[in-house]
Amino acid sequence: MLQDGSKSIFAPWSDPAATPLIRFQSVSKKFGHFTAVNDLNLDIYEREFFALLGPSGCGKTTLMRMLAGFEATSEGTILLDGQNIAPVPPNKRAVNMMFQSYALFPHLSVADNIAFGLKRSPMAKSDIQDRVEEMLKLVRLEQFARRKPHQISGGQRQRVALARSLAKAPRLLLLDEPLGALDKKLRQDTQFELMDIQERTGTTFVIVTHDQEEAMTVASRVAVMDQGELVQVDTPDRIYETPNSVYVADFIGEINLIEGNISPIEADRYALDWAEGQPPIIGTSQEMLREGTRCHFAIRPEKLAISAEPPTDRANCVTGTILDIAYLGNMSTYIVELSNGQTLKAQVANNRRIARRTFTWNDQVSLSWTDTAGVILTR
Amino acid sequence: MNRRFSLFNATSLTLGFAFLYLPMVILIIFSFNASKLVAVWGGFSTRWYGELIQNEAFLDAAWVTLRVALLSSTFAAVLGTMAAYVMVRGGRFFGRTLFSGMIYAPLVMPEVITGLSLLLLFIAIGLDRGIMTIVLAHTTFSMCYVSVVVSSRLVTFDRSLEEAALDLGCTPFDAFRSVTLPNIAPAVISGWLLAFTLSLDDLVIASFTAGPSSTTLPIKIFSSVRLGVSPEINALSTLMIGVVTIGVVVASLVSKRAIARQQKDEQEARRT
Repeated sequence: MLQDGSKSIFAPWSDPAATPLIRFQSVSKKFGHFTAVNDLNLDIYEREFFALLGPSGCGKTTLMRMLAGFEATSEGTILLDGQNIAPVPPNKRAVNMMFQSYALFPHLSVADNIAFGLKRSPMAKSDIQDRVEEMLKLVRLEQFARRKPHQISGGQRQRVALARSLAKAPRLLLLDEPLGALDKKLRQDTQFELMDIQERTGTTFVIVTHDQEEAMTVASRVAVMDQGELVQVDTPDRIYETPNSVYVADFIGEINLIEGNISPIEADRYALDWAEGQPPIIGTSQEMLREGTRCHFAIRPEKLAISAEPPTDRANCVTGTILDIAYLGNMSTYIVELSNGQTLKAQVANNRRIARRTFTWNDQVSLSWTDTAGVILTR
Repeated sequence: MNRRFSLFNATSLTLGFAFLYLPMVILIIFSFNASKLVAVWGGFSTRWYGELIQNEAFLDAAWVTLRVALLSSTFAAVLGTMAAYVMVRGGRFFGRTLFSGMIYAPLVMPEVITGLSLLLLFIAIGLDRGIMTIVLAHTTFSMCYVSVVVSSRLVTFDRSLEEAALDLGCTPFDAFRSVTLPNIAPAVISGWLLAFTLSLDDLVIASFTAGPSSTTLPIKIFSSVRLGVSPEINALSTLMIGVVTIGVVVASLVSKRAIARQQKDEQEARRT
């Protein structure tokens, strides 16, 4: 089911005619008095790489375990290919899962681990051998086929787990914090490998993670969860650029949040009065906002320009003194304190050597940004 | 740490070991006594071992004991493993707390009471006392030891392994057979060994439930000793000590080697 030759962007979620592979219909899950998932509706489409992102305890793992069949829904239905999966036990679902602990069978070799699911399918014996070799090749572990799981490294184990869960060619692959146990460098390499494998196999991936960078890197869409509810479901760039709430804005990356009262200027332009003696912040919003609504203005640190003199061509400008500088290698974060005590973070790429840095501690600087650089959030 | 071998250390070590092993050492020495008198040394001889082999009553008792131990420890291993699995994996079912409390009760129950109640039961249901009743009785009291050993292994056993098996198409029974069982096998085996040894040396429960045709070795030894300790008994006891020692040494060597091999494998994995 490859896409036809056209270079159309993969975005089935914006096509109203597309039928989702998975559909959550007002799904709730309660453990005693604790509500893990609350009246949740979600569509996931074929060939998507879908990330469930949230802090621990937000219900993302419960959601995944309901798909795998290890938890039953308390209310609502989950449809896979239009079929209600509630009565289907986990061993009969065309869904496979890669476990956080990898859950490799310690008493079986790498090859036998991969063949485990195939041996329990109608596949012929000779085909199983071929399929196992194909999977070993996919994850580049051909030389390790005879080893036991405890005889290989963590990164290799992760790849065995992936190969094992992909061997049966499931309609849907669930990945529960698949890279959590790897160190940072290996994790980044593996992220690209995962994306590559997902594209080559054309399998729908649903990944659970609490690492926002990971979700942003691998996923076609990200669902940000909080306390059993979906806060925002969107593409990584839109989640980052136009978060729909303070929660999402704060959870993903760094952000400056300024609270104040709204007053409309014209059409979609608004002014935010936020502190005495400071000019109002000019921003835009597609929403109709009433005069005096309490709002947050959210802007990413890299969208703030830092300069010695106030620029004349930008809608917003504030002045302050540099309180602190965090040198991160590829970029530096300047923490600037304004006259009313509010601090703002501005991030600047270090494209010159550090010795030639223009600003230093206690310098007077201007921070400026355009009227479309940030977002106005009402919740 | 002070590694010096002080006088205090030497004394406590000697006292402790003497306390533990002196009786056994004396027993072993006197089993090689040529004299018929138990407490008088009459020179070295293996004569009592020779007589022991010809003593049919002892051989029969040994054979009964062995059969009872093999059967009852096997039943106990199966039942104990099942009980442990239900308690650890069964979730919260009605009466779980009561069940798990009751499974451990025989551990602290006085043997006399266990034996007496089993005897009453066998009489009530009209079961003739013989090897089968001893096997049943031994299974009853040793399965809780097995379930203690196995459930402590199951608690540390990563549950997601079973879930992975289900996920890959196993029925729950297939998942148990092909994933859980191979991984808890060492615990099941050591539970089986424990049940086997417990059955081998049980005297109290066996004497309640044994029939006239099914005398076990401990019963035989105990009743012979009441007529006076013979050097033959010493020889028999020495043989039993030997069997148990070999068993313990082999078991510890096997587990030591398994650990060493795993450590070596893991070191190799880190290097690659």
